[in-house]
Amino acid sequence: MTTATAAPILQSSHLLGIEGLSVSEINGLLDLAEEYVALNRAAEKKTTVLKGRTLINLFFEASTRTQSSFEIAGKRLGADVMNMSVRTSSVSKGETLIDTATTLNAMRPDILVIRHQDSGAAELLSRKVDCCVVNAGDGSHEHPTQALLDALTIRRRGRKLEGLVVAICGDVLHSRVARSNIHLLSKMGARVRLVAPRTLLPGNVDRFGVEVFHDMKQGLEGADIVMMLRLQLERMAGAFIPSTREYFRFWGLDREKLAYAKKGALVMHPGPMNRGVEIDSAVADDVEVSVIHEQVEMGVAIRMAVLDALARGLAAEGRNAP
Amino acid sequence: MKRLAFRNARLIDPASGLDARGGLLVENGRIADVGPRLFNDADPRDPEVIDCKGLVLAPGLIDMRVLTGEPGSEHRETLESAGRAAAAGGVTTMVVMPNTDPVIDEPSLVDYIKRRAEATARVRVLPMGALTKGLAGEVMTEIGLMMEAGAVGFTDGDRTLSNTRVLRRALSYAATFGALVVGHAEDPELSRNTSMTEGEFAMRLGVPAAPAMAETIIVERDIRLVEMTGVRYHFGQISCGAALDAIAAAKARGLPITCGVSAHHLTLNELDVEAYLTFRKVKPPLRSEADRSAMVEGVASGVIDVIVSNHDPQAPDTKRLPFAEAAFGTVGLETLLPAALSVYHERRASLPHVLEKLTAAPARILGIEAGALKKGAPADLVLIDPDQPFQVDSSTLHSRSLNTPFEGRRFQGRAQKTYVGGECVFSAK
Repeated sequence: MTTATAAPILQSSHLLGIEGLSVSEINGLLDLAEEYVALNRAAEKKTTVLKGRTLINLFFEASTRTQSSFEIAGKRLGADVMNMSVRTSSVSKGETLIDTATTLNAMRPDILVIRHQDSGAAELLSRKVDCCVVNAGDGSHEHPTQALLDALTIRRRGRKLEGLVVAICGDVLHSRVARSNIHLLSKMGARVRLVAPRTLLPGNVDRFGVEVFHDMKQGLEGADIVMMLRLQLERMAGAFIPSTREYFRFWGLDREKLAYAKKGALVMHPGPMNRGVEIDSAVADDVEVSVIHEQVEMGVAIRMAVLDALARGLAAEGRNAP
Repeated sequence: MKRLAFRNARLIDPASGLDARGGLLVENGRIADVGPRLFNDADPRDPEVIDCKGLVLAPGLIDMRVLTGEPGSEHRETLESAGRAAAAGGVTTMVVMPNTDPVIDEPSLVDYIKRRAEATARVRVLPMGALTKGLAGEVMTEIGLMMEAGAVGFTDGDRTLSNTRVLRRALSYAATFGALVVGHAEDPELSRNTSMTEGEFAMRLGVPAAPAMAETIIVERDIRLVEMTGVRYHFGQISCGAALDAIAAAKARGLPITCGVSAHHLTLNELDVEAYLTFRKVKPPLRSEADRSAMVEGVASGVIDVIVSNHDPQAPDTKRLPFAEAAFGTVGLETLLPAALSVYHERRASLPHVLEKLTAAPARILGIEAGALKKGAPADLVLIDPDQPFQVDSSTLHSRSLNTPFEGRRFQGRAQKTYVGGECVFSAK
């Protein structure tokens, strides 16, 4: 397995978003993740890449899969992993994000993984701490490891990203997953389409260089990948859609709408799913088309690759080298 | 095969520009042929041949703004009684407003109106759905599902949404489906608890009044929202010149905006309130003579797209009250055509031009197959004597409510016969 002294993959000591990454950095992470997919399927899953390192998961928003995915990734790489959930920390006693960050920084962690409800929180944190910062989702801005794991899932299904037609459907307005995927897929030469009611698309979204559709039939026509987004009902202060039944009728992915896509098209979803709202169970559970469980598996491998890549940077700088 | 032939008519079809002597053939409820000289040689004694004696044969009228009272206020009007009034007025398609009780704000209620109308009304009825739940201006309705159920447009009736954020989202969402939104322009706060238009006359009567500007402010706001969202937007009824100027400018910029005017705003002004006549209390209120005149000019110039009745039946219990307490609204289905024709008789516009506002234009805005003398189209027709003088007598109205603002008024021109799908639904005595 790769060692922490191998050539650096990432230029920066943080992973704050996809927007700042180059094609070679993305490819480097995907290639490295392939190795971890194999490791994760072996009986002995542990390595010593992060031996002696401390990883703190700082999650200001509830998360099951991302937080556990980072935790498993850190542990398999041999790091000491600490989960800080906000409910049990002093943040709930009114401490500011920066105070929390400087407190944690004083404990000399090596990697801080942060999820926060506000866009730009990871960026702010990265300027206040000495360790590496990984953005595990900031507001409606970016969720870089999700886009990377989606790319890995597609790649491992034998699809080349270049020239691929990817339809991202649903609540683009509130979605950091959509923004990270738009950046990644565009950089890799895929053709990105967005399909959503006008109320769930941010203004000027066409400036991303994507094609915009409001009708699923037109938007899915000839698509290789159908990427569904979770309807973020908890972020909908004020109504963006009249009802979930109407949403499902026009934008929920069922077999009828999926039939518009290219034969053999793959269905993806970042989870957790609202069944019967943005996706029909008949599609979500169909292993012939749905790669939703593979996405979760690739998530661990991608996060191991990201942590590994950042640790290489730490080693190169000679900081806290083991 | 069921046939009906009209001969010796002045055919006016604003959609195609046809205005000529000729005939028209109806087969199985649809127009099978139409044109000059058709049936010139037909035997006038043939029971299937109707000699129009030079009267105008035009597409049946489409009234884009009708309130019936069904469901919820059946003592004022039902779809059946409104249908009879419509037929008597030459109206073959009426668009009914959602501000009933319950409010038509979900797909099953749209379906109910359609079925109920099919079972009881003798003219075609197209329902509009509410734009927000319960007309409360807070939560948008299921526009997509209601369109599938048959709603031809979305409106909060005579309410203006004050929450611009909700309105922006609703318009944006409606635009997703290419839906038509019909707005009412009266600033809710400026017009709260008022009954007349602000001016000398309201001042003398001591009636709380709202400035005409209350309309213009909302028109200008809504134009900006149309610009932002791209929605197809129709101002249900405009009543003042300044609002019309704003709409003319918006149209010139290419925005998808249209507007209508109520027949009473073309023919009455604030002075017609006289001694607190509640039958002339309408929403928006009767305006100044300058504004009324601007409405006529708007019809003539084409800035105003359609003329509507804004039929709103009210019973004595809601009208026989002090002016401030009385309900707004007038019946109008049976006086729509005569009132609109006054623009023609005043020589401000041609007869085909006025009829266009009642036929082809509403059909185009609603996107429906009606309002044209076209082969294959449904045989919805009206035979009009454009010159016949008469005096409005509320006791002869077919509507269940008799609150006409035109009692005793002399008009020229009315419907003689009305046909829906080739069936005669009204014939003047």
